[in-house]
Amino acid sequence: MKSSVIVFPGSNCDRDIAVALEKLQFKNSMVWHKETELPKSDLIVVPGGFSYGDYLRSGAIAAKSNILSEVINAGKKGSLILGICNGFQILIECKLLKGALLRNSGLKFISRNIFVKVQSTTNSFFNKYSKNEVLKLNIAHNEGNYFTDKKHLEELENNQLIPIKYCDEKGNINLKNNPNGSINNIAGIFNKDKNILGMMPHPERMVDKILSGEDGLPLFMSLMN
Amino acid sequence: MKFSVTVTLKKDVLDPQGKVVSQTLRNMGIDNLNQVRQGKFFEIDLKEQDQSKAESQVKQMCEKLLVNQIIEDFKINKI
Repeated sequence: MKSSVIVFPGSNCDRDIAVALEKLQFKNSMVWHKETELPKSDLIVVPGGFSYGDYLRSGAIAAKSNILSEVINAGKKGSLILGICNGFQILIECKLLKGALLRNSGLKFISRNIFVKVQSTTNSFFNKYSKNEVLKLNIAHNEGNYFTDKKHLEELENNQLIPIKYCDEKGNINLKNNPNGSINNIAGIFNKDKNILGMMPHPERMVDKILSGEDGLPLFMSLMN
Repeated sequence: MKFSVTVTLKKDVLDPQGKVVSQTLRNMGIDNLNQVRQGKFFEIDLKEQDQSKAESQVKQMCEKLLVNQIIEDFKINKI
């Protein structure tokens, strides 16, 4: 499996994701945002961080970079694309994913471990998890408050396009366990064809026991499948 | 030719910053406040003499980059 990680000025989770991918024997390339061609890849990762210092809106400037037009083309042709945190914001800004990521409802940057519940496993990203499994992952963001219109929300809910929702340790999904105010406790969404995933939690930070957990590992194993 | 662009969150979108500002103003004793919406302001200077051409260019800038039209509205004014 070949993967590409896109790097912008201000990306800071790019090396973490590369370590996670290489741990699972992905042949990974780091691709600078000014490049105009993508190496042949089965998976493209848009990593977390603060691309362009979050100027204008998080992800807005990165969404207009050279390499992103290649990523958009690849996504439309069915390549697997994973956007994590700022990567999710970038995928939203370049319209590969619908909706918006607003400022956290509590107005604070949140960096802590949270729990999410797996809602759907019939896709390329979560097939190594079981349905309703509760995962401990890490979040670190200021704009993770997912919002979309009623019609799109119904489409997401009815077509299993929300693979993970924020919950408590026991898997209860409610407002109390929603760290950022996202609509319906959404922590990540797919596009219609489920080849593009955007998620606020960082699975790459949970791929090793000594790094506080391994709950992110099956996501990368799923992609190998 | 100079234009100002004001970007604000749409009516139905929660504006937590505006909420905090209005709460603070109320705490400061302003009791006739309806609400505060916080936004962004751009001043755009174009090398263009034709006003309608310039205006349509600024509109394009808004739609393509400055504004996320899912959550934000914008107003353009010549200054």
